[in-house]
Amino acid sequence: MKKLVILGAGTAGTMMLNKLEPVLDKDEWKITIVDQFETHYYQPGFLFIPFGIYTPKDVVKPKRDFFPTGIEAIQSRIEIIEPDKNQVKLENGTVLNYDFLIVATGSKINPAETEGMKEDMWRKNIFDFYTIEGTTALSKFLKYWEGGKMVVNIAEMPIKCPVAPLEFVFLADWWFTEQGIRDKVDIEFVTPLPGAFTKPKASQVFGDFLDKKNIKLMPDFNIARVDHENNKIVSWEETTVDYDLLVTIPTNMGDDVIERSGMGDELNFIPTNKQTLQSDKWENVFVLGDATNLPSSKAGSVAHFQADILFDNIQSAMDGRPLKAKYDGHANCYIESGFGKGILIDFNYDTEPLPGKFPLPGVGPFSLLEETKMNHYGKMMFRWMYWNLLLKGAELPIESEMLMAGKRA
Amino acid sequence: MASREIAGVTVEFDDDNFMADHTAWNEAIAAELANEEGIETLTDRHIEIVQYFRNEFESIGTAPSIRKLNKSGVVPTKELYQLFPGGPAKKAARIAGLKKPQGCV
Ligand SMILES: Cc1cc2nc3c(=O)[nH]c(=O)nc-3n(C[C@H](O)[C@H](O)[C@H](O)COP(=O)(O)OP(=O)(O)OC[C@H]3O[C@@H](n4cnc5c(N)ncnc54)[C@H](O)[C@@H]3O)c2cc1C
Repeated sequence: MKKLVILGAGTAGTMMLNKLEPVLDKDEWKITIVDQFETHYYQPGFLFIPFGIYTPKDVVKPKRDFFPTGIEAIQSRIEIIEPDKNQVKLENGTVLNYDFLIVATGSKINPAETEGMKEDMWRKNIFDFYTIEGTTALSKFLKYWEGGKMVVNIAEMPIKCPVAPLEFVFLADWWFTEQGIRDKVDIEFVTPLPGAFTKPKASQVFGDFLDKKNIKLMPDFNIARVDHENNKIVSWEETTVDYDLLVTIPTNMGDDVIERSGMGDELNFIPTNKQTLQSDKWENVFVLGDATNLPSSKAGSVAHFQADILFDNIQSAMDGRPLKAKYDGHANCYIESGFGKGILIDFNYDTEPLPGKFPLPGVGPFSLLEETKMNHYGKMMFRWMYWNLLLKGAELPIESEMLMAGKRA
Repeated sequence: MASREIAGVTVEFDDDNFMADHTAWNEAIAAELANEEGIETLTDRHIEIVQYFRNEFESIGTAPSIRKLNKSGVVPTKELYQLFPGGPAKKAARIAGLKKPQGCV
């Protein structure tokens, strides 16, 4: 029997498992998937928990609900990957050999990378919303907060779901208004980017939204440390920003197992071919989702588009054929903008987010780079699609390749 | 694309005002580019870092990140910001004659 091993049963790993299981010949292939945890989190839902829109139970399901029968699922931490020996060692003592490996171990926050962040005031007046623990703690804090200055800071790029921090300030503006304390809250968005977002057109549109919502923007701020005794963040150039409440998006990194295995770059992301998704170094290793070093967004929608490409390429590799499918960097993100509205952006490696219409058979069209109620419904619909279609590897009505139809250049 | 005279030679620049061809670079050009970036004198320490940028670019095709420079012991982040105030990764890459580093989305 030949062996396919998938590391990580998050968005990307689970999706790939469900796409490949029906097509690989059961007499020829054994599929094994490994993850340390029992529970699957719908991470996009973490954004809504601080504002009481979702509760923690709205974003969890057991991972096993998404595993098809006839595959082997192992719950254990991965100790080390040894790609030169085609094997993986697990913490529970198991050694897995493989013919092909898919690494989908994702990315996670590392607050300890910034001096002073994960110390006395961590989860007292310094919070993240990228973990279930962080977002739940923040929701409890906000419930009783009477106002002051809230600073939302991105420590370092790249981060997963790069629009989530903007969505957070938009929603906060709405929520403080609903609570009747918006006049007692100052919101400041402090980012290492030169503007509200990376790409020029979107950056300008989002910058205007920040203005309109009376949210202050501080660009080009590269955090060096948190002075948690004096409630200040300090940049490498000694610029300071005061806060009463700091919501941080700490440095995002690949899992430590990538570092232990000597497979990653300085952020533990794995050098990967940006078109074929094959590891730059090992022919029988493929990388999917947030674990790659690709210059595409780290997002569930991206993992989905990549999965279509990997589905073709890994089968070609298994048949000893050249890899023909090419990923174009396509990303498609609904951005919650508060007050029941949303914005949609659609882009790839070469084309920045543009205004126009996004055709979606059966449901659309959605407006691009414009605030509408329809886009908000798109965002809320995404959770249903995630659990019921995306993770199960079903086709979505969106092409993996970005289309120019409807866009205004 | 535009060509202009710098340090006595004609050099081509791309739309971001970064050198179009990094092989046309020399230290005299670097000194002029540093001036344009508000750095009056290019010290040996600057040159050392700029050279590291060029070597990295030639071996792996991209300029190093600030984190990599710090982690690999080339230059601590604090010092890097002092040497190239207001955007060290971009400034050092421009002075090194390389392309503008790609921001991630
Ligand atoms: C607040 C927030 C909002 C977001 N909003 C959106 C959105 O609106 N739209 C969108 O498309 N995306 C969004 N995302 C991003 C999306 O959730 C991720 O991009 C996606 O989950 C990536 O999938 P993945 O499989 O690569 O990683 P993950 O889903 O994180 O899975 C990685 C898995 O690997 C396992 N693992 C890692 N290391 C080990 C080890 N050593 N041993 C064993 N197991 C291991 C982990 O336990 C985990 O289950 C958001 C993310 C956050 C945090």
